[in-house]
Amino acid sequence: MTTAAAPPEETLSEQGAPGAAPPPWWLRALRWTAEANVAVVSFCAIVFGLFVGAILIVVTTPATLTAWGQIGSAPGHSLSVIFSTLGNAFGALFTGSIFSPSAVGHAISTGQGWAAAFTPISETMVSATPLILAGTGVAIGFSTGVFNIGGQGQLIAGAIAATYVGFGVHLPLVPHLVLVVLAGAAGGAVAGFIPGILKARTGAHEVIVTIMLNYIFLNLLNYLLVTPPLQQPGQSNAISRTVPASARLPHLFGGGLRVNVGFLVALGVAAAAAWFMKRGTLGFEFKVIGANPSAGRTAGMDASKATILVLTISGALVGLAGMSTLSGTDFFLSSGYGGNNGFNAITVALLGRNRPLGVVLGSLLFAALSTGGRYLQANTNIPLDLTQVIQAVIVFLVATPALVREIFRLREAGAGKILLFTKGWGA
Amino acid sequence: MKLELAGITKAFGPLVANDRVDLTVEEGEVHCLLGENGAGKTTLMNILFGLFRADAGEIRVDGETVHFRDPGDAVRKGIGMVHQHFMLVPVFTVAENIVLGFEPVRRFGFLDRRRARADIRRLSKEFGLDVDPDARVENLPVGAQQRVEILKALVRDAQVLILDEPTAVLTPQETEALFKIIRSLAASGRSVLFITHKLKEVLAVADRITVMRLGRVAGRTTPAESGEAELASMMVGREVELVVNKKPAEPGPPVLEVSDLTVVDERGLKVVDHVSLDVRAGEIVAVAGVQGNGQTELAQAVTGLTDHDRVSGSVRLEGREITQASPRQRLRAGIANIPEDRQADGLVLPMTIADNLVLDVYDQAPYARLGARNLARVRAGGQEKLKEFDIRASSAELPVSTLSGGNQQKVVVARELSRPVKLLVASQPTRGLDVGSIEYVHRRIVAERDRGCAVLVVSSELDEVLALGDRVAVMYRGRIVGIVPPTTSREQIGLMMAGVDQGAKDGAGEAPPAGDGERAGDGDRP
Repeated sequence: MTTAAAPPEETLSEQGAPGAAPPPWWLRALRWTAEANVAVVSFCAIVFGLFVGAILIVVTTPATLTAWGQIGSAPGHSLSVIFSTLGNAFGALFTGSIFSPSAVGHAISTGQGWAAAFTPISETMVSATPLILAGTGVAIGFSTGVFNIGGQGQLIAGAIAATYVGFGVHLPLVPHLVLVVLAGAAGGAVAGFIPGILKARTGAHEVIVTIMLNYIFLNLLNYLLVTPPLQQPGQSNAISRTVPASARLPHLFGGGLRVNVGFLVALGVAAAAAWFMKRGTLGFEFKVIGANPSAGRTAGMDASKATILVLTISGALVGLAGMSTLSGTDFFLSSGYGGNNGFNAITVALLGRNRPLGVVLGSLLFAALSTGGRYLQANTNIPLDLTQVIQAVIVFLVATPALVREIFRLREAGAGKILLFTKGWGA
Repeated sequence: MKLELAGITKAFGPLVANDRVDLTVEEGEVHCLLGENGAGKTTLMNILFGLFRADAGEIRVDGETVHFRDPGDAVRKGIGMVHQHFMLVPVFTVAENIVLGFEPVRRFGFLDRRRARADIRRLSKEFGLDVDPDARVENLPVGAQQRVEILKALVRDAQVLILDEPTAVLTPQETEALFKIIRSLAASGRSVLFITHKLKEVLAVADRITVMRLGRVAGRTTPAESGEAELASMMVGREVELVVNKKPAEPGPPVLEVSDLTVVDERGLKVVDHVSLDVRAGEIVAVAGVQGNGQTELAQAVTGLTDHDRVSGSVRLEGREITQASPRQRLRAGIANIPEDRQADGLVLPMTIADNLVLDVYDQAPYARLGARNLARVRAGGQEKLKEFDIRASSAELPVSTLSGGNQQKVVVARELSRPVKLLVASQPTRGLDVGSIEYVHRRIVAERDRGCAVLVVSSELDEVLALGDRVAVMYRGRIVGIVPPTTSREQIGLMMAGVDQGAKDGAGEAPPAGDGERAGDGDRP
């Protein structure tokens, strides 16, 4: 993500540039932190998002509101209430998403309760898994100029395929799991191939097609859930059969921590995608087609083929996300399966600037805010919506680097360093 | 109005774009500012128009020092500018575009369209601009859009009109028409500051000439005192070959055989109409014609960029039928293509120079193996090509967008000539380039010919066609109206470009011969 080292200032050295020695590394490092590059902008966005969250807590929580009322009579007390509320809130966010220092201390001193101490971080990783997979898929599309808004549909398609193979095939653990994983990818790939071929053959815009396909797959799921053989026998509810143990992703640790092999799969997929986009010949072709399809065509590339492939690959990765939740934590499908992961994938792709490493970090941040937010809601009176506001502010700022530059008075990064990373809806 | 720029200096970081530039434009004069791309002409004009602030120096209008904080200030002082890229709203009418920003209003804030239209008609008539105030801008040809821009400045009562590279987008005919307008503006007492890098135009239209090089004034002269050669060496800083030196062609067997080729556009209209043409090894066939007479489509059909269902007839490369072959198959078969618009079709601007140099062979050894790119090899190859093709860049890892137009074109040329090439198709190979780059590109093309490559050049610049071509094919409305030797007079080729059928006049037959039937020039007959 941080490809930026020192800015190559001397790009246009046709004129007699003063032959000054380059500044020492620490000065360059310092300058780099004052520059609107990707890392600094993202960091500032997060800081600002948390700051907005703090303001919201201060002006909405009943305890602090009462304290505001007494600020004239007992300013010391009021301030201490306000700060302790803030401290509790952010403490809860941390405790709920990473770990609780006291629980860890307890585990160290007694040797007991390790699982409880690490449950928050485990939950964060569980939430991040589908986001990483789907976010990487969407990001590959975005960096190719293809706006895959069909994450939700592809995710459901992958989950449906994985469920069928999960309960329909009887094999030992490893081959069965491999098959389930492949089925998830294949389901998503099919859902991605449809808009791909429609765009290539008829010019239908992928944004429209993928959005509409979301509804189709959502309703397909609802239909299949009340129809044999997917429906759980003997049930009238819209619930699928449960997949057997051989189709479940094994937990990484014991003690009831839910983090499973799916997380490693997600990291592997992100790493593979990073390699693919940087070193793969096909990835290069995708980038060229994304940046300038007619130059690609002139150089002999097949833009239609690339579009189909991109959407298929993108869909396959999103399909894996659907599989990961099914085989990792849920084990059966129900109506509303997948929550908002298909849409949040778009957000984390944006947050990660369409680079796989960025998507991983963005997904972890998003997941941490979600799990922390649930804990916050349960333990203080601050609603879950607060963390959603923080998420939204962060994404908003990451998407508008110019605004961050203004707020934090950053210097403009060197030419081409911070490219606007989505080009609008145009083909 | 007399305009003086004195000691204007402007630096962007280490790059000094303008270094103590002095320039005086007298009332009623056409003053040409000549210089290569990157010489600092546009920077100077942006300072004059209030878009940049100069680091030092001052601007005087009729002897009085002025400070322009923004273009509005400049406009109020009677300075008008027609940018290289037009600033028009396509869906608005001419009248709406012209009044945009200072709309004449009647009572209650109603737009006074009648007055706007009357003003436009009056000025349009006065200077022969021929613009219909009610036409929608998007429906106008480029030349007319430019006249709208000129009108925009005139309506705002510009006394000094700056035209930034106004002919880059014009056909030769439109250029002629523009020169007439410029002269009538000067006759009315207005001054015109004409920015260009084209020598012929300067000599055709200027009263006085200021030449810039590397941010400084390299010389001042008039068309009476200097010819093209002097201007070119002033501009480039060394002697320049203005004519392409080449030996007589030694044509071999036909490499490209186009027979009865017809291409229809999206609306089903014939844009290439039963064209037959051979290009032999070791010769350059140059296609002349006013832009939009099917040359682009002919080149695209040869390189495979046209949808197959819009093409009929046959295209053969060394006797092999390639009419249905994909662009990649043709490219691998030995066709190199320098596209007409390097930024739109030739380059991926945000990508590095090195990546752009392998755009066609990125998946081939040694740049890739088993689907994995060898980035070190790509980088090293890029660095080598910088040297081999004289691309001025400090590193092949810079985005190609940071290069000047001439160097961008060299990147395209370098890429296309780095494969084994049997047929080179070059469309407008020097459009928008400076003298030095034009010289370079022409030499490379002739070198390819001498190596035994067949070359098809498409150009709307008659000079280029006559300088490069061993044979000249003239296209008009999708047909080849004749193939003539390059010694044919410009007048005659001009007539053929305008569709006057020389063959019919000769009584030699009505339609142009469908083969490569070469006809000798008819001398100087008008």
